[in-house]
Amino acid sequence: MPASEGRRLTITAAVDRAIRAHGQETYPHECCGALLGRDAGVTDLVALPNTTEEGPRRRFLVRPSDYRLAERRATELGAELLGFYHSHPDHPARPSQYDLDHAWPTFAYIIVAVAQGAAADMTVWYLKDDRSSFEEGTLHHGENPDPDAAAAVHR
Amino acid sequence: MAKILIPTPLRPYTDKQDAVDASGATVGELLADLTRRHSGLKAHLYNEQGKLRSFVNVYVNDEDIRYLQKEQTPVTASDTVSIIPSVAGGVPATTDADANVGSVRLQPDRELPALSNDEVKRYSRHLIMPEVGVDGQRKLKAAKVLCIGAGGLGSPVAMYLAAAGVGTIGLVDFDVVDYSNLQRQILHSTPDVGKPKLQSAKEKLQALNPEIDIRTHEVALSSHNALQLFEPYDVIVDGTDNFPTRYLVNDACVILGKPNAYGSIFRFEGQASVFATRNGPCYRCLYPEPPPPGLVPSCAEGGVLGVLPGLIGVIQATETVKLIMGIGEPLIGRFLIYDALRMRFRELKLRKDPDCPVCGTHPTVTKLIDYEQFCGIAPAAPEPVTVNNATELTALELKQRLDRGDKLTIVDVREPNELQINRIPGSVHIPLGDIPKRYNELDPEAELIMQCKSGVRSGKAADFLRSVGYKHVLNLKGGILDWIDKVDPTQPKY
Repeated sequence: MPASEGRRLTITAAVDRAIRAHGQETYPHECCGALLGRDAGVTDLVALPNTTEEGPRRRFLVRPSDYRLAERRATELGAELLGFYHSHPDHPARPSQYDLDHAWPTFAYIIVAVAQGAAADMTVWYLKDDRSSFEEGTLHHGENPDPDAAAAVHR
Repeated sequence: MAKILIPTPLRPYTDKQDAVDASGATVGELLADLTRRHSGLKAHLYNEQGKLRSFVNVYVNDEDIRYLQKEQTPVTASDTVSIIPSVAGGVPATTDADANVGSVRLQPDRELPALSNDEVKRYSRHLIMPEVGVDGQRKLKAAKVLCIGAGGLGSPVAMYLAAAGVGTIGLVDFDVVDYSNLQRQILHSTPDVGKPKLQSAKEKLQALNPEIDIRTHEVALSSHNALQLFEPYDVIVDGTDNFPTRYLVNDACVILGKPNAYGSIFRFEGQASVFATRNGPCYRCLYPEPPPPGLVPSCAEGGVLGVLPGLIGVIQATETVKLIMGIGEPLIGRFLIYDALRMRFRELKLRKDPDCPVCGTHPTVTKLIDYEQFCGIAPAAPEPVTVNNATELTALELKQRLDRGDKLTIVDVREPNELQINRIPGSVHIPLGDIPKRYNELDPEAELIMQCKSGVRSGKAADFLRSVGYKHVLNLKGGILDWIDKVDPTQPKY
């Protein structure tokens, strides 16, 4: 893989649809949720409540109890917690300084831009080990092994 | 030795183990030992100041250490310590203001200007606060704020906004600095007496902060010029002292969709709120109708504690910078009442009135109206020519008649403390409020000269006396102020 392409994350069409739908549903607020799967391939989502107290139009927060829920769900599915997704209502799908300040290493961070209520660009980012910045990865759309996987969006 | 559970994103730093051992008697010691054994963890758990990062949660068994003894929480070998992430993020900070309900929508395409090295130094106490930071300071620099009035409230507002680095400050005023202003209008000093307030204000503000743009508008705010005047500004700060202008400022703010950082002062009491934001109430939701003319005295009539506008103006300035930066909880839908004598704040809840004539669902006032008329104040009509049926006389006429030996009774209707300052010799004293119950002390056949400070209160007293049958009542035009100017300059004015 050419270095310029960065790390690669594969998502199924159902996951892609579900993230976009979640972002549109919560617009103008930010949505958030966990990415579950294996080997850099996301197969399931756990949609989580945005518990920020700083204004959900510009912030999201997954509280510790929901984080635990996501890890538990990953274990149940025999999968791993690969990262999180969130939306940027009326803002580009690029991480903010705030995202960087709060980022965890290793995790994949998917950002979907939702412009005027319609999901647009979707990108994926990884925190550099020295926390200095994010590195953009590439989102690869894999084949969907299970057309009903969209139902695997949990509340 | 205790067991620490490691969350997924940190496992690459613990050789992929989801649980590791570390030793220590407290959580702090345990984590210190953990980061010694697995050094890659340190940058992710602790910030540059060596404090646990805000999104790192540590639990002892099932309790968050924030609710125990924090990092001093004791641990034993039987405890399980878990590191549990909070996952947080959000949209870029530079445009937060657009998304925040309580913030001002700065013109969306406006570029945020960069800060020079001098500005970085000047604003360093702002820049080191994460809530403000470079982005917040750049928003302040990009912002344009209009202060209505450069007096008691306008002084602290403009000075603090200038100091804070609001890039463009407009001032509307057409008054001249008077000695009686200096007790509270800290923009102006003794050498400024006699100068236009705007000239004095601009000198002070520019000396305080040469980086900013001060725009002066030496006009009387009116329905004809308000919209045009307000248009370029992001926030309007109402520092006016009269009802017609207050309603005018409110209506213009609602029509233009600009927030109104409101403040008012009287004697020992102050009020503040933020009106006319997108979903918040306006001044008319609180007071749909103005009070009857003359019911609420102005500061010139009733007085004001000199430090009071300092406090209220600073509240207005605080709300203005919060609105610009889009931080905190704005004073929208809340009406703050401050009592300086008791040193107490009260807060009233204020709702947007759906039937409000300006900001309601079916507004009836959609353009600016005649606010003098709305507040029941008749426009200055030409003096009625009533030679034979005069209702007032001037100080010089009074002096001539006294010198001629006419038998006149001068009735001073001011408050007792005002009489301690100055007095026309030989006057009798009945305060305006006592006239209805004490007027029979006055001889109905005598010629009465009603007098107060400037002629307004004594005019009301004269009207009252005529209404109860007194026939020879004249009002001293211009009150004792005119008397001192024309007849007796040895007495002090206030």
